[in-house]
Amino acid sequence: MSEITLQIDGREVKAEEGMTILEAAQSAGISIPTLCHHEKLEPYGACRICTVEIEAHGRTNLVAACLYPVEQNLVVRTRSEKVDKTRKVLLELMLAHAPDAAALQDLAQEYGADKARFGKESSFCILCGLCVRYCAEVKKKNAIGFVDRGTRREVIFIPEITSKECWDCKECFPLCPTEALQATFLLTKALMSPSPPSAPESEE
Amino acid sequence: MPKINSPAELEKLRKGIVSKRDPKKPCIAVCTGTGCLALGADKVVVAIKEEIKKHGLEDKVDIKETGCPGFCERGTVVVIYPEEICYLKVQPEDAGEIVSQAILAKKVIDRLLYVDPTTNEKAVRESEIPFYKNQMRLLIGNNIKLDPKSIDDYLALGGYSALAKALSQMTPEQVLAEVTKSNLRGRGGGGFPTGRKWAECRNAPGEARYVIVNADEGDPGAFMDRALLEGNPHSVLEGLIIGAYAIGSHEGYIYVRQEYPLAIENVTIAIKKAEEYGFLGENILGSGFDFTIKVHRGAGAFVSGESSALMTAIEGRVGEPRPKYIHTAVKGVRDRPSCLNNVETWANVPLIISKGADWFTGIGTGGSKGTKIFSLVGKVNNTGLVEVPMGITLRDVIYKVGGGIPGGKKFKAVQTGGPSGGCIPEEKLDMKVDFDELAKAGSMMGSGGMIVMDEDICMVDVARYFLNFLSDESCGKCVPCREGIRQMLKVLTNISKGKGREGDIELLEELAEITRDASLCALGRTAANPVMSTIHYFRDEYEAHIKEKKCPAYVCKELISYYIDPDKCQACMICLRQCPAGAIAGDKNQIHVIDQEKCTKCGTCFEVCPLRFGAVKRISGEPVPPPIPEEARVIARKSKENE
Repeated sequence: MSEITLQIDGREVKAEEGMTILEAAQSAGISIPTLCHHEKLEPYGACRICTVEIEAHGRTNLVAACLYPVEQNLVVRTRSEKVDKTRKVLLELMLAHAPDAAALQDLAQEYGADKARFGKESSFCILCGLCVRYCAEVKKKNAIGFVDRGTRREVIFIPEITSKECWDCKECFPLCPTEALQATFLLTKALMSPSPPSAPESEE
Repeated sequence: MPKINSPAELEKLRKGIVSKRDPKKPCIAVCTGTGCLALGADKVVVAIKEEIKKHGLEDKVDIKETGCPGFCERGTVVVIYPEEICYLKVQPEDAGEIVSQAILAKKVIDRLLYVDPTTNEKAVRESEIPFYKNQMRLLIGNNIKLDPKSIDDYLALGGYSALAKALSQMTPEQVLAEVTKSNLRGRGGGGFPTGRKWAECRNAPGEARYVIVNADEGDPGAFMDRALLEGNPHSVLEGLIIGAYAIGSHEGYIYVRQEYPLAIENVTIAIKKAEEYGFLGENILGSGFDFTIKVHRGAGAFVSGESSALMTAIEGRVGEPRPKYIHTAVKGVRDRPSCLNNVETWANVPLIISKGADWFTGIGTGGSKGTKIFSLVGKVNNTGLVEVPMGITLRDVIYKVGGGIPGGKKFKAVQTGGPSGGCIPEEKLDMKVDFDELAKAGSMMGSGGMIVMDEDICMVDVARYFLNFLSDESCGKCVPCREGIRQMLKVLTNISKGKGREGDIELLEELAEITRDASLCALGRTAANPVMSTIHYFRDEYEAHIKEKKCPAYVCKELISYYIDPDKCQACMICLRQCPAGAIAGDKNQIHVIDQEKCTKCGTCFEVCPLRFGAVKRISGEPVPPPIPEEARVIARKSKENE
């Protein structure tokens, strides 16, 4: 592994080849906000809250710090007018789903995001995928999955697997940044439980 | 069929095929591409075959079921060889006349010829029809000349000679250098230099590497890749094999959507035939180069056309894009170097190898070489597939090739580049069509969709339509794309319903910027283009919707009303009878009135009101006048005896 020197927020930072900007920043004690990132999981790049500004190959670009691999002489700015503006709007878009989620509230305050800017969306889920990926990558059970795509995408428990695997686990619950996961679980549980015995029919 | 083991054997075989074919023997070529099939081309073929049998001409006349020549507007297209007489809109009932007149009596059937709508002049040959005359059909020109299921047809036209040349006379480096020199750019959307992509893949570390054909054509209304793969599959295979040789790949994929059954069928047959002839498999043409191709059927998702999503799908997972900070050419399918090019890009390769990079760079503009196939659709007379040299003006494509706007309507805009493209207004019609110019105008080449819009199209509605498409077709993984599209679509829907507010345009611009800058893949990064370009060129239309609650094109139903002008209504009962909602009250001698509560704004009354009356009016942005009093509605006819 060769050593790479890059610049983050004006500071010279040493990193190893193959590291991401996020890892390099963390190792130097520079904080970059994340929501869908988890150290036990593969980088995912969905929430984009870790967006930073880079200068490379003569161009300025916004990239996801959790995914972008470090390069020699890369110049990274973890805060700039553009970065802050991007994070603010991203937060507002997510707050439309989960206006009272603590993880979003703290960031909202820092970036001046208005939780009521967009009308309340019906689902609390911000589709960070932590539960889905934790179940697949760490627990290797695949009891939770995404269904559909685009604006109809949602997270569901797969009843056949859930009924066998989930009762004693629930390790995904604390990962959820909103209340969505537990609600989804309760719904699945309700759907799975046998329906109350119906009154005997008197047809004979 | 014994395998061909050398270029010399290939030439011998080709000579054999050509010598067995009499160039004077009449041949009836019927387009059986998807467009003509939908118009009943299969029935035309059956009818012609029956006629040929009836006349006992089975040995004297050939009938060929070909791919799409592009003029779908006038299907079923039939061309009679060797005279190259082109008949359009052919029906099964015309079969008798085609065989007895066109073949036996050698007479031209006037009524099936192309008639120029402006000059009324007839065109006999394909090359005389303005639609074809103004094109440069290097790639789709052969479609009508060959049966896509016959490798011999392709060989007779010189097929696989470029492959033989590459394998026997050129090193992989030379092939790569030639393609690089040709300045060929990716036809699937981005316009990335093909040579550079090939070199990157070739030089990437690792043993195994893949070459892939992207046939996941997903733009609404676009079907050029489909026509190529259905109509001339061997040209795509030949390009792919040459590319594999240059890159050093021994395994290729054709990713084609399941919704293209004929393309899958034809390309599968083509692969089988190419294997039999020795153009695929081990030791191709005795060169020592091995290469195989697999067909991967995609489950038809727009986002799967994105390179990393497509490769994820090939691996058997959900087709979702992954970050591409490391190019897929370096780390693609199963993390191995993978070179993905569009169908049309691959089909260009044999031409470049055969005729040379210098020939290719002679066509086009400074930054965009060669030709481009467009799906010319929408409000244009000659819809279909058109292949034109890069650098042609939009005006020439729409007016010379496309034959202009039907119904004497006024041109308003042309949408290029599919859902991620933009709308280009009239003042830009003289711009040159190439990758860079289209991008400068706020649109893009995309894979070649070209939707012509006339004055009856509302630009807010167009933006809303494309955003709605993308809200379904985004994979939904990253926040800026999924949520940005969701919110933009909401704002646009509100505007089109008359609920637009001051500041909505600025809000759209802000969301568009975030979606463009922060999204994970190209779908998200270009998703706002339809919004941005319509705001840029048609801002007044947005403002009319928001401020005056007016839809200038009379499209947005919530913003328009229909009204019968009592001074003009002749109480003819036509609109009253045809109104599907039963919203028109009146009688023979009683002026008609629309019940605004019942009206569904379908526009039927407006369309059926006789031009000489012109009594039905469209109103937008102003109140509907109150109905006239009951007693004033009676019409006293002047000449009763005429009724």
